[in-house]
Amino acid sequence: MTDITSLPPETTTTLDLHSRDMAVAGQWRLFWLKFKKHKIALASLVVIVFMYLVAAFADFIAPLDPNTANSRFTYAPPQGLSLMLNGSFQPHVNQLKMTLNTESMRREFTSDPTKPLPVSFFVPAPQPYYLLGFIPMQTKLFGLTNPKPGDSIYIFGADRLGRDIFSRVVHGAKVSLSIGLVGVFVSLILGVTIGGISGFFGGWIDTVIQRFIELLRSIPTIPLWMGFAAAIPTSWPPLRTYFVITLIVSLIGWTSLAREVRGKFLSLRNEDFVTAARLDGMSEIGIIFHHLVPSFISHIIATLTLAIPSMILAETALSFLGIGLQPPIVSWGVLLQEAQNIRAVAQAPWLLFTPATAIVISVLSLNFLGDGLRDAADPYESVS
Amino acid sequence: MTIMKDTILEVRELRTVFPTRTGIFKAVDGVSFELKRGKTLCVVGESGSGKSVTARSILQIVDRPGRIEGGSVLLTRADGSTTDLAKLEPRGREIRDVRGKEIAMIFQEPMSSLSPVHRIGTQIGESLRIHFGTPKHEQRERVLELLRQVEIPHPETAIDRYTFEFSGGMRQRVMIAMALACNPSVLIADEPTTALDVTTQAEILDLIKKLQQNHGMAVLFITHDMGVVAEIADEVLVMYRGKVMERGPVEQIFHAPQDAYTHRLIDSVVRLEKKAELRLARPAIPEGTAPLLDVRNLSLTFPSGLKAVDDVSLTVRPGETLGIVGESGSGKTTMGRCLLRIYDPQAGTIDYRRPDGHMVDIRTADKAALKKIRSEVRMIFQDPVGSLSPRKTVGQIIAEPLKIAGMKGRELNDRVADLMQQVGLEPAWRERYPHAFSGGQRQRIGIARAIALKPRLIVADEATSALDVSLRSQMLDLMMKLQDELGLSYVFISHDMSVIRYMCDRVAVMYRGKIVEVGETDQVVNEPAHDYTRALLSAIPHPDPHNRRIHNRFRYKAGRTA
Amino acid sequence: MLRYIAKRMVFAIPTLFAVSIVAFIIIQLPPGDYLTTLMADWASQGGAVEAGTVAAMRDRYGLDQPIYFQYYKWIAGILTRGDFGISFDFGKPVTELIWNRLGFSLLLSVLTLCFVWAIAIPIGILSAVRQYSISDYTATFLAFFFLAVPDFLMALSAMYIMSAWFGQSVGGLFSAEYVDVSWSLGKLIDFAQHVWLPVVVIGLGSLAALVRIMRANLLDELSKPYVTTARAKGMSEFELLLRYPVRLALNPLISTIGWILPAVISGEIIVSVVMSLPTTGPLLLRSLLAQDMYLAGSLILLISVLTIIGTLISDILLAITDPRIRLQ
Repeated sequence: MTDITSLPPETTTTLDLHSRDMAVAGQWRLFWLKFKKHKIALASLVVIVFMYLVAAFADFIAPLDPNTANSRFTYAPPQGLSLMLNGSFQPHVNQLKMTLNTESMRREFTSDPTKPLPVSFFVPAPQPYYLLGFIPMQTKLFGLTNPKPGDSIYIFGADRLGRDIFSRVVHGAKVSLSIGLVGVFVSLILGVTIGGISGFFGGWIDTVIQRFIELLRSIPTIPLWMGFAAAIPTSWPPLRTYFVITLIVSLIGWTSLAREVRGKFLSLRNEDFVTAARLDGMSEIGIIFHHLVPSFISHIIATLTLAIPSMILAETALSFLGIGLQPPIVSWGVLLQEAQNIRAVAQAPWLLFTPATAIVISVLSLNFLGDGLRDAADPYESVS
Repeated sequence: MTIMKDTILEVRELRTVFPTRTGIFKAVDGVSFELKRGKTLCVVGESGSGKSVTARSILQIVDRPGRIEGGSVLLTRADGSTTDLAKLEPRGREIRDVRGKEIAMIFQEPMSSLSPVHRIGTQIGESLRIHFGTPKHEQRERVLELLRQVEIPHPETAIDRYTFEFSGGMRQRVMIAMALACNPSVLIADEPTTALDVTTQAEILDLIKKLQQNHGMAVLFITHDMGVVAEIADEVLVMYRGKVMERGPVEQIFHAPQDAYTHRLIDSVVRLEKKAELRLARPAIPEGTAPLLDVRNLSLTFPSGLKAVDDVSLTVRPGETLGIVGESGSGKTTMGRCLLRIYDPQAGTIDYRRPDGHMVDIRTADKAALKKIRSEVRMIFQDPVGSLSPRKTVGQIIAEPLKIAGMKGRELNDRVADLMQQVGLEPAWRERYPHAFSGGQRQRIGIARAIALKPRLIVADEATSALDVSLRSQMLDLMMKLQDELGLSYVFISHDMSVIRYMCDRVAVMYRGKIVEVGETDQVVNEPAHDYTRALLSAIPHPDPHNRRIHNRFRYKAGRTA
Repeated sequence: MLRYIAKRMVFAIPTLFAVSIVAFIIIQLPPGDYLTTLMADWASQGGAVEAGTVAAMRDRYGLDQPIYFQYYKWIAGILTRGDFGISFDFGKPVTELIWNRLGFSLLLSVLTLCFVWAIAIPIGILSAVRQYSISDYTATFLAFFFLAVPDFLMALSAMYIMSAWFGQSVGGLFSAEYVDVSWSLGKLIDFAQHVWLPVVVIGLGSLAALVRIMRANLLDELSKPYVTTARAKGMSEFELLLRYPVRLALNPLISTIGWILPAVISGEIIVSVVMSLPTTGPLLLRSLLAQDMYLAGSLILLISVLTIIGTLISDILLAITDPRIRLQ
């Protein structure tokens, strides 16, 4: 579904290639100049880079361990994070006051503005951890300045077990966003190889591969993914499950890439400049790497970017249904699985809307970004 | 008094502008002319001269964001009433009543100008419904009559067919039938024959002339082809960058042009009407010189079953230019590509004489031999855009064959600079990309690449057809200069007889994959032996209004389809 | 035309065959064969299995035979007897469980398609004709937003909004009193009251996609020379728009059924799980979680076959509307 979006029209402009300073501008400079004109895509690029940075430094950014339960704070509401206190800069959260509603037998929390809990940056971590898996660290980005028992810092609220939603979403980004990248990498290898073979050799090989791709695309993806994902034994270690799920979601993703590559191969193969290179005595391998690859690499980057969101959505959907990633892995889909119960959502809407916002923002930005890249992919199209 | 009555359309100081990011682009800048009953006014100019926008402004169908900024377009009807079309609301009722009913229009691309999913009968009958509310069955009768008028065979079946089932010429006839439906008093024809072959063009021009006489229409004919102008115009308007350069009777424009631009335009056309001086002065190649290239019985059938090249035999002698002329679909491009084994012909021989005198059959040559041959036999492509990789600098493009041949460092740099100078490009431009160059300059880059390895034979496929006429002779002169300097031979493929006559020593005429005639250029042009050649030659519009001839041309009938 | 349809149908056969193989692979994926699972199941419930029954079943599914023979047995059973095997989770033949639910899935998908088309085309036209206007930007922004929200999230949010703001609980396709009664006007009204929300939720993503396609197609067509030709005939702008560019822009839209339909069916399955609708979705999920593979495999097979038939119909529709395809 990634090949149908396109950017708002005001941004699609062509470059004036005949101007003086453009005369010596190569493909990547033109690409960048054209991309830069899409303000939304440019903003999305910033958002995406930021989100991936958050995912990479999740352990540093998340104030709490994503799997540490605290039964005192079941369904604690978002405390938010206020920066100003009495007119001066003092980051703080308000303490939560818990009361027991005797009618519904539920705990109810109220925010108490009279008891601000000061928040500091670079506080000592509750436990030492390894940043990016290998840098030993003892510091967290932020946390309560003087944590006392009974204090809490749930800026986006807590779940049924009193786990911090913010920390869980930040840690979930690690899995959910990386599945998109790894899946796209697998798709890239499959797509470029198979699409390249299809486009370069043509003939019956091409026909067979194209029929196969059509077949894969005509099967509804969700039941197919469900069928494969459900076969993963629950006893498998998380890493292996993660990898197999990635494979399953890239099972479909590669087809659009293969089509793109094949289409480019086919149209470029008959371009006069490729024929000219052949007549110059260049070998087929040389033609592929000197002429074909430079011509479609920008298109591939765009298609890849547009493929990431569908991978993220696929993982989310499978985990949500309970046949993808399983706890204790934390992913956005796993978080949403806990929001499956509409009663729980009615009581604690943040269970649903926090991870949902993270998903929508990342997918939206990736779509905008991919779209801008695609529009800029061929900076020469306006030249005649 | 009579003059007043004869003038149907009077355009005064018309100005049409296109707002752009950087300001206002004046596409039509103060154009005035009159259209008279039964007369043809040709508007002529090169690409970007504003001739097409002028035509569209009359009916207010200029593409957005263009708009008419000033001037008037006065339409005088038979009853003496007049309307200023330029003052009407572009989407309003009044201008719509004029469109198609009083002023009809035909366009350049008959394929894309007709809807592919509606039957042609529906499309032709539509104007009748819009303007007269004619009921369906009467519409059909009238459409059949129109199809007969434009000489479409089997109107009863043709009426229910779709555009893609017709050839280019037939589609243009459909367009004309559509324009005639409401008996308009003015016909605007916007390059109606540009996309057609010369023989088809001649037929369409004939048809328009005939219908004009029968209906007494005024015709506004837009074209870039001076030959067509000379054949059909009564009056001519020469445009350049939105302005009228000169306006007058056709004889004046051709034989006593007042304006410098018109002069140049006529000159560049007339130059191509005879053999180049460079070639007239050159001594003939001695009889009996051993051929450089000897093609025998070459055949290529595409998987679709189309016999693109059918038993073709020809020879090229050292230092000679052999022209290959033919219309679209004649197989001339395919044949040229076979010579370099871009396509693999199934039968025949392509014997090529190596510098050591040894003969090699290109058709069966192995990979190593082919690589050697391809450095001696080179190609110049038709499309100056597609044949240069947009991602490489000009220096890289020209250096590519040299690098593959093993040249590097200073030697390579110097050679590229030499080559650029040789084809008339500044060596300082080597860091620039192709997008910074004009069409003519790009073609020079292509030539530099072709001559980089000091080849002996160059196959030039329609090397000048993408260029405006004023650039064409320059390019041909350059190619002849290089021929003399480097001792080259050319196989020069073209659909344009004048280009062939200008530079080729001998010419082969191709028709449906076969060579129907081959001989010295002068002989083929002046005394064609084959009927097809005669038909082809007589269909070519001649840029001399004193010598109109396509209406009395020779017609070749070999199961023609168009 | 008939030749084209026949050719299309012949082309569908290998696709159907391949789909059946994929379904069969899914059935075979979980470790151990079906009978082992079945016996383990029965044994856990304290039942004893007669040796004769086991042998008979082994023979019926060809479990001792090579894998291709098992496939043959399985597909032959489906094609000749309509026998999809047994669901051991429910202890019933698969056929007894699926048809009713498949019917509702089909109904829901068709309703969604109609909804998507009916809304997307006018919005797409408006967006293209009023390019760069406020309505165009709004449509564009909403389209991008809805493309970014996954179906199940949309379903959850819709349910939350309905319950939190309107105090309505959402779920199922009928109120309790209508579930088991036969069709009547009352049931139909009740159905309509229930069905609109799932239809909207499933459709929004595809709707957004389709608006974008319609807009892009129409913008392409609007700049084509035949539009100028029609204008030069004196046709009014509105008639011209509908008769030419819109008519032509619809053709590529018809061919999008080929991927809109799989998307809608995918969406239908996951939304049905969230909203507990009586369609294939919840049944498929349950069967997969219980590793009830004959049921799951049959569902996947039938859903895919439905999609392929849908694509086939869209191909034929396209041939009817586009003479270029029909006649070449």
